[in-house]
Amino acid sequence: MSNTAQNLASAEKIRNNPKFRELVSKRTRFAWTLSAIVLVMYFGFIALIAFNKALLATPLGAGINTTVGFPLGVGVILSAVILTGIYVYRANGEFDELNRQIIEESR
Amino acid sequence: MRTTMTALAGALAAFGTLLATGTTALAAGADLGQAAQQATNWHAIVMFLIFVAGTLGITYWAAKRTKTAADFYAAGGGITGFQNGLAIAGDYMSAASFLGISALVYGSGYDGLIFSVGWLVGWPIILFLIAERLRNLGKYTFADVASYRLGRTPVRTFAATGALVVVIFYLIGQMVGAGQLIKLLFGMEYIYAVIIVGALMMIYVTFGGMVATTWVQIIKAGLLLSGATVIAFGVMYQFGFSFEQLFARAIEVHPKHQAIMSPGTLVSNPIDAVSLGIALMFGTAGLPHILMRFFTVPDAREARKSVFYATGFIGYFYILTFIIGFGAICLVATNPAYLDAVKGGLNLRGGNNMAAIHLAHAIGGDLFLGFISAVAFATILAVVSGLTLAGASAISHDLYASVFMHGKTTEGKEVTVSRYASLGLGVIAVLLGIVFEKQNVAFIVALTFSVAASANFPVLVMSMFWSGLTTRGAVIGGTIGLVTSVVLVVLSKAVWVQSFGYAEPIFPYAYPAIFSMPAAFFFTWLFSVLDNSPRAAKERAAFEAQSIRSETGLGAEGAAAH
Repeated sequence: MSNTAQNLASAEKIRNNPKFRELVSKRTRFAWTLSAIVLVMYFGFIALIAFNKALLATPLGAGINTTVGFPLGVGVILSAVILTGIYVYRANGEFDELNRQIIEESR
Repeated sequence: MRTTMTALAGALAAFGTLLATGTTALAAGADLGQAAQQATNWHAIVMFLIFVAGTLGITYWAAKRTKTAADFYAAGGGITGFQNGLAIAGDYMSAASFLGISALVYGSGYDGLIFSVGWLVGWPIILFLIAERLRNLGKYTFADVASYRLGRTPVRTFAATGALVVVIFYLIGQMVGAGQLIKLLFGMEYIYAVIIVGALMMIYVTFGGMVATTWVQIIKAGLLLSGATVIAFGVMYQFGFSFEQLFARAIEVHPKHQAIMSPGTLVSNPIDAVSLGIALMFGTAGLPHILMRFFTVPDAREARKSVFYATGFIGYFYILTFIIGFGAICLVATNPAYLDAVKGGLNLRGGNNMAAIHLAHAIGGDLFLGFISAVAFATILAVVSGLTLAGASAISHDLYASVFMHGKTTEGKEVTVSRYASLGLGVIAVLLGIVFEKQNVAFIVALTFSVAASANFPVLVMSMFWSGLTTRGAVIGGTIGLVTSVVLVVLSKAVWVQSFGYAEPIFPYAYPAIFSMPAAFFFTWLFSVLDNSPRAAKERAAFEAQSIRSETGLGAEGAAAH
């Protein structure tokens, strides 16, 4: 398979391309940052359930039935969806463009 | 405490209540007349037959297009991100989450949201850390990725075992749930229900492979999302699209009143709260049938898109189930026609998992009830088909082709083995469904997610991110995670006390993941750093080449063909 040989040559060029390092460090930092946000949000929510149920039971205002827990829970769900959207937007735009250049320059 | 555990178990899997229902129907002779009435649910049967006819037609079409191994395992890599997003949602949204979460909300209000949130937050993690690397490194199974630079035989054997354990446990849960549900909805004998589910999934997978499975999942997702939307819309319509009015009425009629607006007794112990959270979040990222879906798209770009669509659909669905649960409190609990007169209280005719089904009747009458019943059946079929295909690929692609034949086999033979494996898994699933009919299988979902989080997830994530990982570390650490999670579930109350009949559980918590997942990571790390073999040195050195492929997609399967 000459394809493999060609890939090896390309891999060598990619390794030495500063853009590759840039792509990996940028995307990795971005991915772990977003992961940390999700983890903090979710385990924060779990911690409230475990340790401070009273806060979640507080009504949003006088005479209102909705409690603090509802916007928080639904908020975690919506934030998860929005964060995936943000990641895909940047990864499929900025990062993929950088990736395309790296592959292009490796040929 | 006992009630708490039962509520928790029932909520998790929906099976606890379903099983209780079965027993109640037998015990209470007065109920038999009503049960017989449910037997002639012709709307449901006709609509289900339409679904079966349609999906068999698709299977026929898919079978003609399924020629190569890539077609069989990965639909030729020709599924778009949007289609795959729907299929992932169809693979993931089980009848247990539809009926189980709405039943939990119906019974205790806010607690249902805890599960919805937990089952959703795994998805961003899959996207940020796993999806694109998985797509770039693998071909058909997650074992491809775990064994990319490690010893093929040991790592594939471990990964395939982890996959099969998850698949078989998950199948038991789905089959028992399916049998009970269909008995209830269609008035069919349990054993026939289980056989029909088993036979249909074998036909889809054996003949249509991933193409048919994908389309069954897409259609099911469309049906379930639109059905749930109509129910939720019907509920909100009656309350002037105001959550305040909906909540006010629910607080008024529910026997727990104000307590339904905040977390109750569901998660009382902080250790279990966190442990359940870990299992739900990271277990999702270790489910073989979910991971396999990422190989059906052409590249990393579409893989990312599919997670975004899937997360959107699943999040939307969980919010709907929440509205449905509250709707059931307001519209079902207040109507004696839906209540179990013998058991009294909030208990529903047919068990509390019927909350969403009765609500469908309250909103749209017999026809809509039939539709939702058929959708629930279709939901189970889609999930078991995905599981069967994932199990069959672990057997044929990982164990047969790589481990036993050392790669010296043809694609055609591998696919043939895969088809036989699907048939075998179908037979096993039916037999296990029959064996476990009378067992309390509520612990199964906890076990499945805990094993996935403790065995598959740590090895997968470390193989992608940590250059120091060696074969020895992966196999020993992963096996420790697998064994620890299974043993701790067996020693916990759900099995040790409720199935084996001992007085006290040896493991005091309900979920093992808080212990078993860190144990897997720790021992994987420990046995990797202690590994001074020449092979380990080669494996560490191979990480850089792997990371070039995983980050850029250079040389990724399928990408070159386009």
